[in-house]
Amino acid sequence: MSDGSFNILIGGEAGQGLATIGELLAKAFGRGGYSLVTTSTYESRVRGGHSTVALRVSAEKVASPSESFDLLVALNPETVKLHRKELSAQGLIILDEAFQVDDEACIRVPFKELAKGKFSNIAAVGVVGFLLGLEEQSLLGVLVDFFGKKKPQLAGENRETLVKAFRWAAQLPSSFHRKLTLISDPAPRLVMNGNQAIALGALSAGVTFCSFYPMSPATSIAIGLIGKARQMGLVVEQAEDEIAAINMAIGASFAGAPSMVTTSGGGFALMVEAVSLAAASETPLVVVVAQRPGPATGLPTRTEQADLEFVLHAGQGEFPRAIFAPGTIEECFHLTRKAFELAERYQGPMFLLTDQFLADSYRAAVPFDLKSLSPIQPGSEDDISSPYHRYTITDSGVSPRLLPGRSEHLVVADSHEHTEDGHITEDLSMRKRMVEKRLRKLEGIRAETIPPDTNGDVNPELLLVSWGSSKGAVSETASRMRSKGRTVATLHFSQVWPLVGEQFSEAIKGAKEVVCVEGNATGQLAGLIHRQTGFEIAKRVLRYDGLPLTPESILRELDRGEE
Amino acid sequence: MKSRMVTIDDYGTYETAWCPGCGNFPILNTVKQALVASGLKPHRVLLVSGIGQAAKAPHYINANIFNGLHGRALPVATGAKLANPELTVVVESGDGCVYAEGGNHLLAAIRRNVDLTLLVHNNQVYGLTKGQASPTSEGNFVTKAQPEGMTSYPFNAVAVAVAMQAGFVARGFSGMIDHLQTLIQQAIAHRGFSLIDILQPCVSFNKMNTFAWYKQRCQVLPSEYDPTNLEAATKTAREWGERIPLGLIYRNERTVFEDRFSALDRGPLVGQEVDLEKLTEIMEEYR
Repeated sequence: MSDGSFNILIGGEAGQGLATIGELLAKAFGRGGYSLVTTSTYESRVRGGHSTVALRVSAEKVASPSESFDLLVALNPETVKLHRKELSAQGLIILDEAFQVDDEACIRVPFKELAKGKFSNIAAVGVVGFLLGLEEQSLLGVLVDFFGKKKPQLAGENRETLVKAFRWAAQLPSSFHRKLTLISDPAPRLVMNGNQAIALGALSAGVTFCSFYPMSPATSIAIGLIGKARQMGLVVEQAEDEIAAINMAIGASFAGAPSMVTTSGGGFALMVEAVSLAAASETPLVVVVAQRPGPATGLPTRTEQADLEFVLHAGQGEFPRAIFAPGTIEECFHLTRKAFELAERYQGPMFLLTDQFLADSYRAAVPFDLKSLSPIQPGSEDDISSPYHRYTITDSGVSPRLLPGRSEHLVVADSHEHTEDGHITEDLSMRKRMVEKRLRKLEGIRAETIPPDTNGDVNPELLLVSWGSSKGAVSETASRMRSKGRTVATLHFSQVWPLVGEQFSEAIKGAKEVVCVEGNATGQLAGLIHRQTGFEIAKRVLRYDGLPLTPESILRELDRGEE
Repeated sequence: MKSRMVTIDDYGTYETAWCPGCGNFPILNTVKQALVASGLKPHRVLLVSGIGQAAKAPHYINANIFNGLHGRALPVATGAKLANPELTVVVESGDGCVYAEGGNHLLAAIRRNVDLTLLVHNNQVYGLTKGQASPTSEGNFVTKAQPEGMTSYPFNAVAVAVAMQAGFVARGFSGMIDHLQTLIQQAIAHRGFSLIDILQPCVSFNKMNTFAWYKQRCQVLPSEYDPTNLEAATKTAREWGERIPLGLIYRNERTVFEDRFSALDRGPLVGQEVDLEKLTEIMEEYR
């Protein structure tokens, strides 16, 4: 592409190993020091259908997918039919020589010969790797690490295929080469997706209990934790339903295990009553909601940002909460930690709102300095004089939290309105004091709110407002517009609640025009900003077709608005 | 464990919100007696309940308490037990809470075989919401919500638990407290999931299954009864009519849920430190 990034689209059926191609290439480019973003689209099925993995890679920083491709890896002829129009002028198509496709851009690969009909996806990695200038040894290193531990025998066979394909590609005319700028002495990079970063963040915060019911696109967080459970000493339980999952996590947290639940909108709907229980019983809990399009079952494997209002209002009664919405891998890690810290500090439910796009999107990130980060310490010091009262009324609203069985003090927690010692009460003056105590915690949470990120020109003609996973797409939209002479700024929320007007009202007021960019049909953040600040963002760019926001999709809508 | 003998006074005395003559009173007292007889100090015990008149019972016992949502006591208890297996966990709730709203959790708890004791106050009616049918109400039981009698067949939790080969399945009666106390002590001592279905009258809303009705039918199993015999237990569990068998109906020593998690080999989850060296190694796998 003209901006120096290179964009690959791999298309085929579920079951053809697309994800493996994407992951191997992502890892190889990450090790080479490149910046990258992958985007996965797939159908709700195990075999067949049409799936894609897009990999955008650059020697410069990239943070967003793009809709124009430089290379199409077609594992079936349908991929060419569906995506030929997205190929750039100098674009190439890699496909099986057996496919009946008449196109000048094709590199026809003898997959049958190279891959023994078994490892076409690995052969494709070899061909792409060569054309983009990766080294054979570095690709092999990635392959061994990928299969090595789990399936050493498979690593051997794959290795042979990869080498054969790489060397086959070396004989192609140089007009097919698309060598990326070589990065000398690349710094170490992690290559991970959003859900893996959430799992790592949770582990570094000290999670020891996670319960879940399988639901796309959240499942891989729990699966990631299960893979490390033995090493890190945590219990992950697949519950009988989401209601059990969240109640179990509340029980575990009450007894002193830093706990989280992971789900998506429909599963979260089942958890809602217990969200309120975590608030009433003042039990720390981290709830991860990985959004997908609704209503009801919706599009199970696609992406959307339509559960902001749902998560904000979930739960009967009034109680404080914080909602984080990561936009990068680094934010997935750090905001998960922050959610654990706040849950413990303010003793209640805290939320992380991600989505399918970010959940499955691989990026390269600087390794985290884990040793400088402290895990949370559940519970308060137990040198308290008897009788201990779990809900002692304090100025901050936060009461000392002892853990049952860890001292001679008794811990009494209740879902009813209760007295300071945790027992049911119908004393209405106590009721009032308890409501006020719980709500006072919101002041502390509010004081810790992460302000939205403002970037770009001061007093711009256009301010783009966004939240969560669209961070990269919106930022790239702004820089593309700036390169055409417009003055543009962005205001991006990585924490969407509490929404503190003073943190961003200046930025909004200074802009000539404000547009809210969201992955939903009704402009939920815009609505929330209006409610909290009185500022109405009338213009919106909304995407709700199940695909992530891209610079192209945003620019199209902005252009349409100007016509 | 016993530096000073535990006494009934350690478990306190509270004013209750129950009707005079309620079957909950003898059960409450028996639970306290059983905890004392088991030599457990209050801070070692966690009582978990849901919502209903029976679910208020933990509020009248001086111990650690988590009184959660209707139907959801078992998952809370399961989570707490996993976080700290050193706690003696007792769940106390009614037939509506455990068998209706929490039915799925009951099945899952039996399958998991978590080491906890589930005491179901079964009075075959909803008390707190004023007299609707419960899952254990029978055929010609008429209520304001079921004016033409029951529209569903009754749920036999004991038979279901035996069919699932639960660890410890028993039936008791609030009118036979010595027998009930022994059962509760055995259930607490049993390592694994224990269910005691406790029959009790509801003086306000169940005019059919009265104290006299239960008294006439409840019969303790003979001493030669073998609770490890699944065939016999299956037959006994299904007996409900002129004779209602009481006692330990089925016992099955099987792997306890907590023992399946290698993370718990090093002790309770609570109080564990994060191994940052190991976590750094894990992070390196993403390079």
